[in-house]
Amino acid sequence: MNRDRTSRRLPIIISLLIGLMLTMMPLPNAIAAFRPDWLALLVIFWAMQLPRTWSVGTAWIIGIVLDVSQGTLLGQHALALCVIAFITVRFHLLMRVFPLPQLTATVFPMLALYQFLLFWINGVAGVNAPAVTYWGPVISGAVLWPVVMMFLSGMRYRTRSGH
Amino acid sequence: MVASRENRNNPGRIPALGLRLLGLIFISILLMYFDNRDSHLDSVRKSIGAAMYPLRVTVDAPVRFWNWIGDSTTSRNRLEQELSRLKAERLLTNARLQKLNALEAENTRLRALLEARNKVRDQVRVAEIMSVDANPFNHSLVIDVGTQDGVFDGQVLVDANGVVGQVIKAGLMTSQAMLITDTDHALPVEVNRNGLRTIVVGTGTIDSLSLPFIVNNADIRVGDLLVTSGLGGTFPSGYPVAIVDSVTRIPQEPYANVTAKPAASLGEVREVMLIFSAAAATAEADDNE
Repeated sequence: MNRDRTSRRLPIIISLLIGLMLTMMPLPNAIAAFRPDWLALLVIFWAMQLPRTWSVGTAWIIGIVLDVSQGTLLGQHALALCVIAFITVRFHLLMRVFPLPQLTATVFPMLALYQFLLFWINGVAGVNAPAVTYWGPVISGAVLWPVVMMFLSGMRYRTRSGH
Repeated sequence: MVASRENRNNPGRIPALGLRLLGLIFISILLMYFDNRDSHLDSVRKSIGAAMYPLRVTVDAPVRFWNWIGDSTTSRNRLEQELSRLKAERLLTNARLQKLNALEAENTRLRALLEARNKVRDQVRVAEIMSVDANPFNHSLVIDVGTQDGVFDGQVLVDANGVVGQVIKAGLMTSQAMLITDTDHALPVEVNRNGLRTIVVGTGTIDSLSLPFIVNNADIRVGDLLVTSGLGGTFPSGYPVAIVDSVTRIPQEPYANVTAKPAASLGEVREVMLIFSAAAATAEADDNE
């Protein structure tokens, strides 16, 4: 029973580790500002699919790990991610029936909100960053959402991970 | 009872979601407050950071492997060329070093005559830069040494050509360093030619620094070398920082518009030297007290 549950959780954990590695992966300076928020995309996807096991608490823990790995203010990404998770869990039934283009159009403002929260906290803490640091990830994240979505749902149905 | 009935009627409802969110937001704000004010949370950061070490190594591994392949498959011809170039370079540096030793002795003698404090030769340690991107809001890099190698916050990084930056978060096995081009970084320098003291500020672009506090009539020219002045205590004096590449004097403004190009090749460094200078060591001792 227990082992069964672990094996079902495995795809989620692997996807998170890959997401974290993609976040840390070096990119050429020209496109570094357009690195999508991989973990935000993953949080939205898993919160939409498994809103009961996967909710604000999990998103918060991922955020803390992200804060440590990026060296940002402890709690900054955690706060932004758990707000995103809250919105997704709140509307997960609605978002599940959205066709892909409409879902992408919903993810875009959510990513924008995520970046706005980071920007806001940076402003209070006195960290300056050029505007493209905030806009780049929103645009690239929305563009890559369909790919991430299809990849993860494919993986999910093949392994039947989840509850 | 009411809640459970509500749940049965609405399968999409997750109980107490808003409450949990409010609790977590509250905790996050508390954490950020304490993290920003002082370093009480350093131990938390360090222990989670140590758990991240394998992940950082994994991310770094492909690049390292690629470099290793490149190194081990260079042709014999190119290796021989490089060897002869290095030999010539070594001869040249050795010749210069002989002179330097004499000059250093002379400098110490003269300083003793002037009763000035001796300039100690700095201790250095080589660190490798990991191919890991860190903070998106800062110009920063991750190096493969940490507090267990004696690294401390505020330690200075240089490469063969000049100052690279300083350590901002020393972890157990890896540390994060801020580059001098970060917008939040400022560094006291002097013009090598005439000793004019000023401050160099990062611009957020990797190959450009700005000098915002140069008055219009100050003696500064394109091509001037800027070296660390040692004021402020963090940076030891005398390391090259940048070369002035444009001076625009605007008559109606109090300050001239001066930019400089970093001496270190910040975009493509792979190895850096950490400086353990006497000044930095005392600063650290003061911090620990």
